Amino acid sequence: MPVDVPAAFVGLARTLRAAGVDASPDRLGATVEALTVLDASSRDDVYWAGRLSLCASPDDIERYDRVFAAVFDGVVPMPAAAVEPALRVVPPLGVPADADTEGDGPARHAAASRLEVLRRRDLADLDDADRATALALLTPLSLVGPTRRSRRTGPAPHGPVDRHRTLRRTLRAGGEPVPPASLRRRQRPRRVVVLVDVSGSMAPYADAFVRFAHATRRARGPRTEVFTLGTRLTRVTRELSYRDPALASAAVAAAVPDWSGGTRLGELMKAFLDGWGRRGMARGAIVVVLSDGWERGDAALLGAQLKQLRRLAYRIVWANPRAGRPGFAPLAAGMAAALPYVDDLVPGHSVDALVRLARTVVGRHA
Amino acid sequence: MTHTGHVTFADPGALAAALTSSGYLPDDGLATAAFLALRMQRPLFVEGDAGVGKTSLALALATVLDAPLIRLQCYEGIDVAQAVYDWDFPRQLLHLRAAEAAGRAGDADALEGELYSRRFLLARPLLQAIETSPSVLLVDEVDRADDEFEALLLELLSEFTVTIPELGTVRAESPPVVVVTSNRTRDVHDALKRRCLYHWVEHPGFARELAIVRHRYPDATEQLAAQVARASAHLRGVDLQKPPGVAETLDWTEALLTLGVDSLDPDSVTRTLGAVLKYREDQEAVLRDGGLVALLEAAADAG
Repeated sequence: MPVDVPAAFVGLARTLRAAGVDASPDRLGATVEALTVLDASSRDDVYWAGRLSLCASPDDIERYDRVFAAVFDGVVPMPAAAVEPALRVVPPLGVPADADTEGDGPARHAAASRLEVLRRRDLADLDDADRATALALLTPLSLVGPTRRSRRTGPAPHGPVDRHRTLRRTLRAGGEPVPPASLRRRQRPRRVVVLVDVSGSMAPYADAFVRFAHATRRARGPRTEVFTLGTRLTRVTRELSYRDPALASAAVAAAVPDWSGGTRLGELMKAFLDGWGRRGMARGAIVVVLSDGWERGDAALLGAQLKQLRRLAYRIVWANPRAGRPGFAPLAAGMAAALPYVDDLVPGHSVDALVRLARTVVGRHA
Repeated sequence: MTHTGHVTFADPGALAAALTSSGYLPDDGLATAAFLALRMQRPLFVEGDAGVGKTSLALALATVLDAPLIRLQCYEGIDVAQAVYDWDFPRQLLHLRAAEAAGRAGDADALEGELYSRRFLLARPLLQAIETSPSVLLVDEVDRADDEFEALLLELLSEFTVTIPELGTVRAESPPVVVVTSNRTRDVHDALKRRCLYHWVEHPGFARELAIVRHRYPDATEQLAAQVARASAHLRGVDLQKPPGVAETLDWTEALLTLGVDSLDPDSVTRTLGAVLKYREDQEAVLRDGGLVALLEAAADAG
């Protein structure tokens, strides 16, 4: 045990912050306070003083354990986590990516119709620059949609008696009986949960799907949850809270360890249900799956998981880029297994299709 | 002196001993967490799988501190009127009519002051906890409430005060011991967590779970208790929708005792499986393909 435990914790907190734990100075203050009432010469007490005051989730605890061992047991510290996400440059809206084909008369009209074409093209057929231009079209999404009755109430023309307002009115009337004021349950938007497949077969679309998830979260508010399905399940809700779509995508890219790997959709869907969905996240929610349904593992498992999800969720919307191709039939094993439990199967191959997907999510069929 | 004013503990070990004698068997981490919560007068935010004993911790603390437990079950839309205070509307209205009948209705200001006074105020759990000292306040499943309610909790948990616009601020004489539990269905706001000590409760190891079963059901034979604890640990390793928590282990033991079973066998397990596994798919998963044999072998393992 180092002699100066509080000083060691200052360094420890700095390392924790670099690893993404919110070990703020006020939390550190709590650590120091905890050390004064515990035995600062006991390794266990020192461990718990830091863990109880600096951590705020099981993920934090995992990181804390590693950093604590490094600082107090002299274990070689882990390599510092990548702090700065690599930024991708997105060209401004409407700027032609390949100037040589445009010639010298880029009238506004031509640019507009070019954007119109990009909206409808399959994202997989576009080059990187065109895809980036097309994606910029996705940002403004309108997603006012299904609500459920909240337990909160608000004033209404008729309904149950609003006691407080009635009393105030009576008081104003000098005690004379007055018509009672009414209230009514308010409406709240339903939670949307977006599951984005980031496996190899989805690589051309992954960026668009992350943008879609970002736009959904901006439009539907903080109750929207987003996960990526790669070789493992990653929750990226926090990363998507950046207002700027490019920053948010970059943060997701940095957080997701498994872009373009293989997918075992069934296992990941199970991980989602066990870790989050059944606890309450999927209950009464609109679940949007963005995937081609290409299952490397057991398709029957995926079917069983969707059957369960069906019992929890309000609606399941599946967007499949392959569904935009002519002659599409849901033949991929995973897709076929999932289909009986899906409320809407829609294409998701182009910007236009994603905008239509947004309409489907809120129940306004295009 | 801890702030409860009556019972004090010198170190986590002393608190652990007191909790143990009250029937709640904490591990080192939990005992330290509870000790710090008492000493530092900070709320304790506990998370963990369902059935690991988050709620019973608050109960045990109330017993140990000899203080009343005030419980607030959170749900979506919970607001001031259900969580903090409400006005006694019928009595207020009666008072108003009586004042009018007595011809005092002219002085509206005085009348308003009378209507919104302490005698017409109904204290809900959070205000009760502030006004009762010592007390243990359990804010159960805070993740079920919404953001608006978290904002409301913030004032209470940081200042231990409740502000009533018509009356003023009520301050706790000595802060209540606060335990906040969450099942992680959503992220609770950082500002709220920052005011708390955070503890993640793990499933107990075999020895501690056995001790818990023995403590709660002294009638159970050593053999049965050990078998049930081992079987539960085994079930947690099987791929299930809802692995059993300590609560289910205890339910199971009680079910077996009620049936007069003193050793697990295929028949008694099949008949009582509903006490430990609450999903039909989970029961089927355990009963098919030799799963039951594996369960009984794990339960009988003397090593």
